[in-house]
Amino acid sequence: MSVVMRGISVEFPGVKALDGVDFALRSGEIHSLLGENGAGKSTLIKALTGVYPIDSGRIEVAGRERTFTGTADAQSAGIATVYQEVNLCANLSVGENVMLGNEVSGRFGIDWRATYARARTFLSQLGLDIDPRSPLSSHSLAIQQLIAISRAVVVDCRVLVLDEPTSSLDRSEVDRLFAVMRRLRDQNVAILFVSHFLDQIYEISDRMTILRNGRLEGEYLVGELERPQLIAKMLGRELVELDSIGRSSERVIERTGDPVLRVLALGKRGSIEPMDLDVYPGEVVGLAGLLGSGRTELARLIYGADRADHGTVQVHGSTTRLSTPRHSVEHRIAFSSEDRRAEGIIGDLTVAENMVLGVQAKRGWFRRVPRARRDQIVDQYMDSLQIRPRNPQALIRNLSGGNQQKVLLARWLATDPVLLILDEPTRGIDVGAKAEIQRLVSELAERGLGVIFISSELDEVVRLSQRIAVLRDRHKVADLDNRQNVDVDDIVALIAKEGAA
Amino acid sequence: MTALTETERPAPTISRWRHFLVGKVAWMPVLAAVVILVIMLVAGQAYFGRFVTPRILSSLFVDNAYLIVLAAGMTFVILTGGIDLSVGAVMAFTGMLAAKLMSTGVPAPVVIPLMLIAGAAFGLIIGVMVHYFDVQPFIASLAGMFLARGLCFVVSLEAIQVKNPLVLGLQSVKINMGDWYVTPTVIIALLLVVGATWVLGYTRFGRTVYAVGGNEQSARLMGLHVARTKVLVYVVSGVCAGIAGLLFTAYTAAGYSLNGIGTELDTIAAVVIGGTLLTGGSGYLIGSLVGVLVYGVIKVSITFLGADASWTRITIGILLLAFVVVQRVIVARANRR
Amino acid sequence: MRKLLKHRILWPIGALLALVLLNAVSRPSFLSITVRDGELYGSLIDILRNSAPLMLVALGMTLVIATRGIDLSVGAQMAISGAVALTIISDSKTPGSLGTVAVAILAGVAITFIFGLWNGFLVSVVGIQPIIATLVLMLAGRGIALLITGGFITTITSAPYAQMSQGYLIGFPFAFFVSLGAILVISLVVRRTALGVLTESVGINPEASRLAGVRSRGIVWSVYGVSGLLAGVAGILYSSNIMAADANNAGINIELDAILAVVLGGTSLAGGKFTLAGTVVGVFIIQTLTSTITFLGVPPAVTPVFKALVVIVVCLAQSRRVREWLSRIRPTRTPTTTTTTPVVERIPA
Repeated sequence: MSVVMRGISVEFPGVKALDGVDFALRSGEIHSLLGENGAGKSTLIKALTGVYPIDSGRIEVAGRERTFTGTADAQSAGIATVYQEVNLCANLSVGENVMLGNEVSGRFGIDWRATYARARTFLSQLGLDIDPRSPLSSHSLAIQQLIAISRAVVVDCRVLVLDEPTSSLDRSEVDRLFAVMRRLRDQNVAILFVSHFLDQIYEISDRMTILRNGRLEGEYLVGELERPQLIAKMLGRELVELDSIGRSSERVIERTGDPVLRVLALGKRGSIEPMDLDVYPGEVVGLAGLLGSGRTELARLIYGADRADHGTVQVHGSTTRLSTPRHSVEHRIAFSSEDRRAEGIIGDLTVAENMVLGVQAKRGWFRRVPRARRDQIVDQYMDSLQIRPRNPQALIRNLSGGNQQKVLLARWLATDPVLLILDEPTRGIDVGAKAEIQRLVSELAERGLGVIFISSELDEVVRLSQRIAVLRDRHKVADLDNRQNVDVDDIVALIAKEGAA
Repeated sequence: MTALTETERPAPTISRWRHFLVGKVAWMPVLAAVVILVIMLVAGQAYFGRFVTPRILSSLFVDNAYLIVLAAGMTFVILTGGIDLSVGAVMAFTGMLAAKLMSTGVPAPVVIPLMLIAGAAFGLIIGVMVHYFDVQPFIASLAGMFLARGLCFVVSLEAIQVKNPLVLGLQSVKINMGDWYVTPTVIIALLLVVGATWVLGYTRFGRTVYAVGGNEQSARLMGLHVARTKVLVYVVSGVCAGIAGLLFTAYTAAGYSLNGIGTELDTIAAVVIGGTLLTGGSGYLIGSLVGVLVYGVIKVSITFLGADASWTRITIGILLLAFVVVQRVIVARANRR
Repeated sequence: MRKLLKHRILWPIGALLALVLLNAVSRPSFLSITVRDGELYGSLIDILRNSAPLMLVALGMTLVIATRGIDLSVGAQMAISGAVALTIISDSKTPGSLGTVAVAILAGVAITFIFGLWNGFLVSVVGIQPIIATLVLMLAGRGIALLITGGFITTITSAPYAQMSQGYLIGFPFAFFVSLGAILVISLVVRRTALGVLTESVGINPEASRLAGVRSRGIVWSVYGVSGLLAGVAGILYSSNIMAADANNAGINIELDAILAVVLGGTSLAGGKFTLAGTVVGVFIIQTLTSTITFLGVPPAVTPVFKALVVIVVCLAQSRRVREWLSRIRPTRTPTTTTTTPVVERIPA
């Protein structure tokens, strides 16, 4: 059974998540879907299974045009999906998770003995020799992924969608998963595989499709595309207009005194390995790496959004505890999350309220920001960041992504920070706003602000940063001094180097 | 993320032990409730002397038959992660309705099914509001509670005597076995517990209840009938409230609008003390039965002590709080792992 | 935004006016206000007086709901504060002295404030769902009140205490001034300090608020304290009205009335944006409705039926599904009026 998607567009308020994407999945192949965060991989899968309605385009399954109403509907048509987070019930047994909805019935309701026996055969088909009566939660995530797949086998799927199933598996677990995938492929099942581990992509897939910013970048056989080319296609090169900002990497940074921030062996088990990082006043430190390399995780640990279980942080030379955002705010550290909607904006509040929130939180609830100060902040940043529409009373959720991002920047700048951590500040916003934000970051650094800058667009990182830390597989693999004019290709090479993962 | 730390143990014996323990983890709270029950009985015996006697133990069941039924229904709802605050009021309403109908000469065999249908109707309204209109369960069931309570007074402002021999017989017929005795109300309640246990353990609906409570999103993605199940648990609870209305009417020999005020709280407390997680997905019906017995023993002990009856609610409140806090700690620890 | 606010409060005001009009037509005496000894009497004045306890409780509930919470224990807390105050007065040798009454009132309110903080502790620190945390006190609270009064309905005679709800001040019922005072103080505190906007921020997006450095724990904690405090004052008013501490009936079912008033006023149960003015209007709607139902000859015990129906209708009207139906009927309505939840859910991951 084959799946053909043509001209698929999906739009969310303010974002074009998919823009006329074509995609074809043939039976008996493992087809990888690649792209950075926000490229549209998950959206494409959800469009296929009917979780999101499509705004235009058509979906053909086995030659017939189909529209599904949801995962369950797609499943009954033979398309089974296994998501990144295991979508099983941890409170039930393994056997139930495999068989629920397809149990064997006896005279007195469910015949558990027969049901578990069938579950055992399905599990062993995938090479899993585990007790179906054991609780799901007693197994590792890898086994749970395989259990989820055997559930797909029970419903006799012809198309199997695996959305980042390997993100938390170790090597031996991945091998097991791959063995199962190969066996299913040989049974002529069409498999769609999403992963951000390139080694795995090259190892398992027959074909790949690359998405970037909601657009199709191309479809290739695995042999056709070398790894650096692939990375370049995923990360993309910017449009020429942005180059006018110029490169600020040559700026000389005074690195003799205490750094604004010194991170020593900061780490968290299962999230990132302990690593060091220094940021000096006026310096932009770029974090480069693919999604899942630990770049976001590091930023969150520094800010105290997540709690580190290892290492120390020094601010201006003195060791400090930054275990909650509150502490960081007091030490004038600001953090703008990559997830603007869920972790940035307060959607139902106005632009002005969102802008003043950082200052207000710092002052506490009792001392309201005086009206004059508030107006001054709002006026200053509405103009200097050119926020549109220029209406401080508009609800922030009605603004475009770029303008929301600028309001969030204003929120932090108003608190007069010494260090600004920006995680993907330019994702999903239009070119104009992107250029403005880049220029702003560069100017702020020149005025003495320390900046940690994270972006999946390497050009951006290379142009803005004076130093670049390259991350791969939760490790720091390189610390590059950008005065020597680091090239994007150098970083790509570092990221692409085959790791031990 | 945290799963990286979880590696497969090479030694099979250890892993088997772990499997055994993990498999029984859901039973631990039930066990805790049993232990508390036993401790209370032993303490009562030690303090009062003649406390653990067949008479008193029998009366535990007889006096709380209606609560056992309510707790059984509530267990379904809480297992899905919902809550039903309407049960006390629905019980009172069905009792009132029955008393009124019977006083006008409608025969009991007609009245009793009507009680169940009335209970089911309330459950259906609440369930539809919860599932299809995304109203939070406690608001929907609170509305159901007020609706039922108000309708009681529409039926009658005064208490209505019940003289129907069939209904009264449910309570007055005593089947003696030595010093032990049971009434038909107890038999109905226990049969219901057995039946409900079977439904939860051996039907697709029952397993879906657990699946929804464990992870509603997953259950939906697994293609289970989440909508139907979520509505149906409130209907089950409503029907149970109808049956409880029958038992309570038999017990008090009257329908009265103020019957069962606060019963919803007792019921929730019993279910939680019996080891069902308020977040849903984990718990057993037998635990709820034990929870009701714990409630019963507290009530009897306070009568024995000659203390003010209000201590019952306070003790139950404290016990409920203790269990909720412990549950919270367990869940928090599980998440951290 | 200003337009939205106007839009939101327009509906409740319309409903209130319609109710008043209905009453005025069906019984002309409804609008008449008579003056006796410089004191005003009449149905409208009764509504002002009788609405005071609900007003206090609903104001507290508004803040709690704004943080995505709920406080089910307000009725039980009313019983507690009444029981404490009346026990102190009846035990004192000078029940009529102003000092005794002041001490009694302060003690009653202080105790419920502490109970409110206890609720807040369970919710914000221990992390128990608000409904369960407050359910515990709802369950145990009346028992505690009964213990305080020794299981009896304590009755007292104390002129200053009776003044609280039965007395008059410059022509208006004293209780009206109590609720007016509460409205003014809370509005001032909420809008003059940053409590209002921070509460909304925590209610709308807890995680974003945390990352912005808002001390959400303290805010959640304190709104339950405020709710307890106001419930305490409401309990004093209630007991002063009947001059008795009735642990079983004081504030019974008031939690639903309060929730209803908040929702009627236009604050969503999902938390976030709240409007105190809306709640005030909501309270008057409920009080007028109660008065209407009584006038129609329906026994007061049946009023829960009407209130339950109103709750159901309002909740359904707020639900996404119904809004979608409405917007399908009137496609001109722009998507800007939809709730934030679907937007959040639809982020492309």
